[in-house]
Amino acid sequence: MTAFLALVRRDLALASRVGGSGGLGLVFFLMVVTLIPFALGPDLNLLSRIGPAILWIAALLSTLVGLDRLFQADEEDGSLDLLRFSAAPLEVLVLAKVVAHWLVTGLPLALAAPLFGLLLAMSPEAMATSSLALLVGTPALTCLGAVGAALTATLRRGGLILAVLVLPLTVPVLIFGVAAADPSREAARPALLALVGLTLGAAVIGTFAAAAALRPAE
Amino acid sequence: MLTTMARPGAFMRWSRSLLPPLCLLTAALAGWGLYLALMVAPPDYQQGETVRIMFVHVPAAWLAMSFYMLMAASALGTLIWRHPMADVSQKAAAPIGAAFALICLVTGSLWGKPMWGTYWVWDARLTSMLILFLIYLGILALWRTIEDPATGARAVSILTLVGAVNIPIIKFSVDWWFTLHQGASVLRLSGPTIHPSILQPLLVMAVAFTCFGFVLHLLGMRTEVLRRRVRRLALLEAERLDRASVPNLSPYAASA
Repeated sequence: MTAFLALVRRDLALASRVGGSGGLGLVFFLMVVTLIPFALGPDLNLLSRIGPAILWIAALLSTLVGLDRLFQADEEDGSLDLLRFSAAPLEVLVLAKVVAHWLVTGLPLALAAPLFGLLLAMSPEAMATSSLALLVGTPALTCLGAVGAALTATLRRGGLILAVLVLPLTVPVLIFGVAAADPSREAARPALLALVGLTLGAAVIGTFAAAAALRPAE
Repeated sequence: MLTTMARPGAFMRWSRSLLPPLCLLTAALAGWGLYLALMVAPPDYQQGETVRIMFVHVPAAWLAMSFYMLMAASALGTLIWRHPMADVSQKAAAPIGAAFALICLVTGSLWGKPMWGTYWVWDARLTSMLILFLIYLGILALWRTIEDPATGARAVSILTLVGAVNIPIIKFSVDWWFTLHQGASVLRLSGPTIHPSILQPLLVMAVAFTCFGFVLHLLGMRTEVLRRRVRRLALLEAERLDRASVPNLSPYAASA
């Protein structure tokens, strides 16, 4: 537990001091939300109808952006070797890194979603449900992404292949996330519960698979 | 028995003697299946002659999924027993499975044009197959980026197993999302809903496709074993040349 908290604290400190992760992810999120109306045209009815979908696509992309550095930075400066040989199980340490990464990228997105919903002319209920769905669903994206990040940690150019590996696996999260964000559907509530299940499942699969990928082959 | 058969040397021997009869069997089954599918099977009363696309489309879809299962089983072999032949089997299966998935998608869209009036609809089954194809592409990309075979096999098997856990979830969520494609009509508890005159050629074609898949897989595995031997020989040769060029610096030179 001490190791877990220490690692979370270290990663948060790194993110806040080095800069370029939390704030920049939010800027990227805003950028995507701004660009889509340029592609679709400024029809407010259309935008408010597909608003949740735009928010989810934007969240998916901005989660992906910083992900390739999740383990790569530690691999490069050698701290990953220290983590591998620490007394705490690698799974717990991976979970700590995932939690820290989500606190820096996923959480700000979920909290800022109502604000961006205004740009898309979403109704107040839709903003609330979108924010809730993002809050529940983005951890699943980070956990699945951690598997890709661990697999590509030692690769020189991991960014693109990370996206190719991870994006197909995020389809269920996207489907249930968008469904849960739409308050006019009666399936919104079961979809939200399914999203919770996906997040919990991804947390288990993601941490174990990422730890297995990082563990040195004997 | 299995462990003896899985030794690379033994594998190269038995696969060499097995391949010719298996090829003949595949050719005979494919000939019989194509004859049944193109000549004997009646045109559908609604779809006309286009129904014959099914005899390629459906077996390709089955094999695309079976090869993923084969890959997942081999991935377990890689992770649990660290067996090099499991790595080889995994690596050989990936492009074959991807090719069957692509065949399924292409024939499906060719069939969709006359039937549904469009090459592509965002229907649950089509979309799941597309995602399976994308997962195959990711696996192929990962094989290509990691140079060392053993490290690559470990990484790919983790990805394959994560995908294997996810594929049913993807399937069910996509079904929940939207469905237009006809439901399962061969493997059902209440018996197949397809007429025997069409079911029989379909099954023959499915067996022919399976044999074909086996042939390709064995050939792919043989190629991979040979490729690894070449790689090993090249490494040994490089080591030897290295030793010969700087005799005084090499630790082996003193003992020689």
